[in-house]
Amino acid sequence: MIHKTKIQAEDGKQELTITREFELPVELLFKAYVEPEIVAQWMGTKVLKLESKVHGSYQFETSNPQGNVVFRSNGVIHEFVLDQKITRTFEMENTPFAPQLEFLEFEALSPTTSKLTMHIIYKSVALRDQILQLPFAQGLNMAHNRLQSILNPIK
Amino acid sequence: MNLRRDVFQAIADPTRRAILLLVATQSMTAGAIAANFDTARPTVSKHLQILTECELLQQQQNGREIYYHINAKKMKEVADFIEPFRQMWDERFNKLEAIMQAYKTKQ
Repeated sequence: MIHKTKIQAEDGKQELTITREFELPVELLFKAYVEPEIVAQWMGTKVLKLESKVHGSYQFETSNPQGNVVFRSNGVIHEFVLDQKITRTFEMENTPFAPQLEFLEFEALSPTTSKLTMHIIYKSVALRDQILQLPFAQGLNMAHNRLQSILNPIK
Repeated sequence: MNLRRDVFQAIADPTRRAILLLVATQSMTAGAIAANFDTARPTVSKHLQILTECELLQQQQNGREIYYHINAKKMKEVADFIEPFRQMWDERFNKLEAIMQAYKTKQ
């Protein structure tokens, strides 16, 4: 099976590339990164601030299903070229993770299809590997919680 | 021996996944790991043995104690190690695509 979203993470490098092709004109793909209410919908986060321009900044806030804030992130926009390019930093607040640099490239493949290339650079190889591993660790965590909920009644 | 298959078998078990999670942040002795489970101690030992045999866990002698810690290098070799990260982005992008396709027809 060919995956629509691809991750390229070479061993021993402090960077990775995420690519994805969309059944969308490039203008609409770009818009999904610019309009705060649209970003909020697909990222599943509250957009506290999003200034889509050079030297602009942004701040997102993510809550769990109980409504508690679990995570806040922010960054600064360095390059902003309509329908082509966004270069920005990304930082998770109150975590030991150093900020990362993100190069987002938007490409028209045809009038109705487009491609996004997200090139992310981390402070170190170890940090990249740790971030790559987060969803895996969360998966383990969920498995662990499920295990606990199964075990608890048996106690 | 098919090591690759063994690794997958190792992480397919929920108790073994829970053990990996426990030692992901700090190395622990078998006793400390077992204390987190209601399972009998020999069962936990068996799980530790399997995880060590397929190199997901490494043992380190520290005085009289043996500490277990995660072998990050081996974990990375597990093909689906990166898969949850890919899936997270794939789901986000699927959502983006659906929202923007609906947006397009609304215009």
